[in-house]
Amino acid sequence: MTLDTTKHAAQTPEAEQPWAELGLKQDEYERVRAILGRRPTGAELAMYSVMWSEHCSYKSSKVHLRQFGEKAPESDALLVGIGENAGVVDVGQGYAVTFKVESHNHPSYIEPYQGAATGVGGIVRDILAMGARPVAVMDPLRFGAADHPDTKRVLPGVVAGIGGYGNCLGLPNIGGEVVFDPCYQGNPLVNALCVGVMKHEDIHLAKASGTGNKVILYGARTGGDGIGGVSVLASETFDDSKPTKRPAVQVGDPFQEKLLIECTLEVFKEDLVEGIQDLGGAGLSCATSELASAGSGGMRVELDTVPLRDSSLSPEEILMSESQERMCAIVKPEKVDRFLEICEKWDVIATVIGEVTDGERLEIYWHGEQIVDVPPRTVAHEGPVYERPYARPEWQDALQADDAGKLPRPATAEELRAQILKVIASPNQSSKSWITDQYDRFVQGNTVLAQPEDSGMVRVDEETGLGVAVATDGNGRYAKLDPYAGAQLALAESYRNVAASGAKPLAISNCLNFGSPEDPAVMWQFAEATRGLADGCLTLGTPVTGGNVSLYNQTGEVAIHPTPVVAVLGVIDDVARRTPIAFAEEGQLLYLLGDTAAELGGSAWSQVIHDHLGGLPPKVDLERERLLAEILISASRDGMVDAAHDLSDGGLIQALAESCLRGGNGARIVVPDGLDPFVLLFSESAGRAIVAVPRSEEVRFNDMCGARGLPAARIGVVDGDAIEVQGQFSIPLAELRESYEATIPGLLA
Amino acid sequence: MARVVVDVMLKPEILDPQGQAVQRALPRLGFEGIADVRQGKRFELEVEGPVDDAALARIHQIAETFLANTVIEDFSVKVEVGEGADATAVKAES
Repeated sequence: MTLDTTKHAAQTPEAEQPWAELGLKQDEYERVRAILGRRPTGAELAMYSVMWSEHCSYKSSKVHLRQFGEKAPESDALLVGIGENAGVVDVGQGYAVTFKVESHNHPSYIEPYQGAATGVGGIVRDILAMGARPVAVMDPLRFGAADHPDTKRVLPGVVAGIGGYGNCLGLPNIGGEVVFDPCYQGNPLVNALCVGVMKHEDIHLAKASGTGNKVILYGARTGGDGIGGVSVLASETFDDSKPTKRPAVQVGDPFQEKLLIECTLEVFKEDLVEGIQDLGGAGLSCATSELASAGSGGMRVELDTVPLRDSSLSPEEILMSESQERMCAIVKPEKVDRFLEICEKWDVIATVIGEVTDGERLEIYWHGEQIVDVPPRTVAHEGPVYERPYARPEWQDALQADDAGKLPRPATAEELRAQILKVIASPNQSSKSWITDQYDRFVQGNTVLAQPEDSGMVRVDEETGLGVAVATDGNGRYAKLDPYAGAQLALAESYRNVAASGAKPLAISNCLNFGSPEDPAVMWQFAEATRGLADGCLTLGTPVTGGNVSLYNQTGEVAIHPTPVVAVLGVIDDVARRTPIAFAEEGQLLYLLGDTAAELGGSAWSQVIHDHLGGLPPKVDLERERLLAEILISASRDGMVDAAHDLSDGGLIQALAESCLRGGNGARIVVPDGLDPFVLLFSESAGRAIVAVPRSEEVRFNDMCGARGLPAARIGVVDGDAIEVQGQFSIPLAELRESYEATIPGLLA
Repeated sequence: MARVVVDVMLKPEILDPQGQAVQRALPRLGFEGIADVRQGKRFELEVEGPVDDAALARIHQIAETFLANTVIEDFSVKVEVGEGADATAVKAES
């Protein structure tokens, strides 16, 4: 086979090229030819196709994502915003925190263990590339129906993969979610979040500048992993009618990643790095073009110097390989020796593969012959942008008109009690400890709160007790009913969860999981959700620091529920002041904060009891959310509450059940005048929380709520070993625990 | 009773961290001259009754659906005829 050099390409303009197989559209291919003024070489075609795929270029979502920048609230906390590997937030005392959530959905469906494991590995490297030490991970997960046979294949593999990789790496997994819904059948969502901590001066960026500086590839050898994975896996809908393109699955090696982390932190510490980029989707194509594009533009790479695991790989394959556990650094020539020395100490292979040049072209050579000669910006940052048509689907009105308020409600107290136990025992509402117990939640010794608490919290500074809290939330059912409100509800819930644990929300990251952007209805959902999220962040004062979009989550014509997952990061001055969810002390008073209306659209009750999805999701009031959060944070700081739990899916009864079981104490509840017991217990009105107030603090707490205008109703007391709703029913904790804890092991163990 | 052996190996292009760990350990222990190590799994199945085409088809199915993860692994099925006899290899595509 002759090498397809740039010279050869110029001489053979008519050669047939597999642009369609690589996922490029005709006009995109024409555009590549126009940019280069000739046909692309095979290597160039590989780079453009993979970098212009939906996954890497955000070509369908970009026009909507701009709002996150345009509507960004004023924030002193944001040190690095959207566009870098991850955003960076100032948390005080000289510390900065970086965090990001990403998807690894399609790979995890094909090979659950490795797909989920490499998802963790990828996000950890993103955080590392910012200069931070990764300190915790979280995983928001969505699967098909809990009793579907394929869920039994996918879920245990995904959970074992997350646990296996994270545990080997020594990173605590402090939270996330597990949601089941038939809409995710065949399209499970495996999102992964990582949090990292650094000092302000340690921030590093992904850019290559300084002519003569060396490009060093370090980490694992390059093999045939996931070749074409990005363009084929992430951007094409699964379709049974076509023969499966099954590219080699990427396999992760967490022990290699651990070495990479320690090695990278040491080269940072000795100030040996000018710019750095991790290798993830699109591998070297992405790393070289992004580094060059963000820097001065010129770079020359000798591709045959790349250490290989499989010597038969072609240059195109080397450029597209997604072998894990690799990083790319830009290093000044005089520092190269020291850099290589440190890599050797950590048993990490490191190779100088090229250098920064004073031109504006990315040139790649293979045994001395030029195979790539492109302006890097056209590959990395100036790809195609689509204004996809979008339209509110015709069925949206009918869906919203199908009011959940009309569903038959329990007629007797006995029926209400039975429905409560049924909802608590449903896969979505029941305990997820069978899953989270497979993760190491406490390694490193800094975990303050982890599942099943409202947020995950880790200590950042041992001396002062400074800590950060992160929560992830997203409710696809709400978003299906109203994508604008659904995205805001995800934001509000995550924000509320962070505040309920006593931390002040600072910034968000998001992972937007949707169906095919080529479907105008899906595109409308996406447009509405991003608009809702951007507006919501503006109101709450929490900027978007970055995130990820996952499209094409659909099989045939059927898309998943629109699922915007929002991760909110908060800071707490002293983790000793945190608020847990457990009702630990008998005699404490239970206050319900916020307003309860009969809001059942998209609720857990409507799903479990009636298998119904219709009507409108709960009303969003972000000013109220902000007030509630301020009260919860003040109450935590001043010791006015000993427990707090946010109210979301499943309503008050779900929160009561979790807090009682966690604390091993019951509760006696009195239904306030004018409220129906069913509505009180099952409504999912937003902007609410339940708190346990010590009697000595009642006056002070009441005064605070009164003065600031937050409705606070005393609804009961922590007492006994049952949840008793006066005049209605009583459920012993033992019976409640059985319902709550038996479901998931019963289905999956 | 006849024995059928199913060998399961990671596909050649798939990373094998365990094999690599073994390979890295070899020079440290003074063993030179090994360029690469790949690690796999061997299953020995004692078959009831004759090992005919039907039995082999069944074993092939067992290997494909349970013993090997064909997304990342290849397998081969071999019949061992009696003690010490030469194994008749039946290569199986996966």
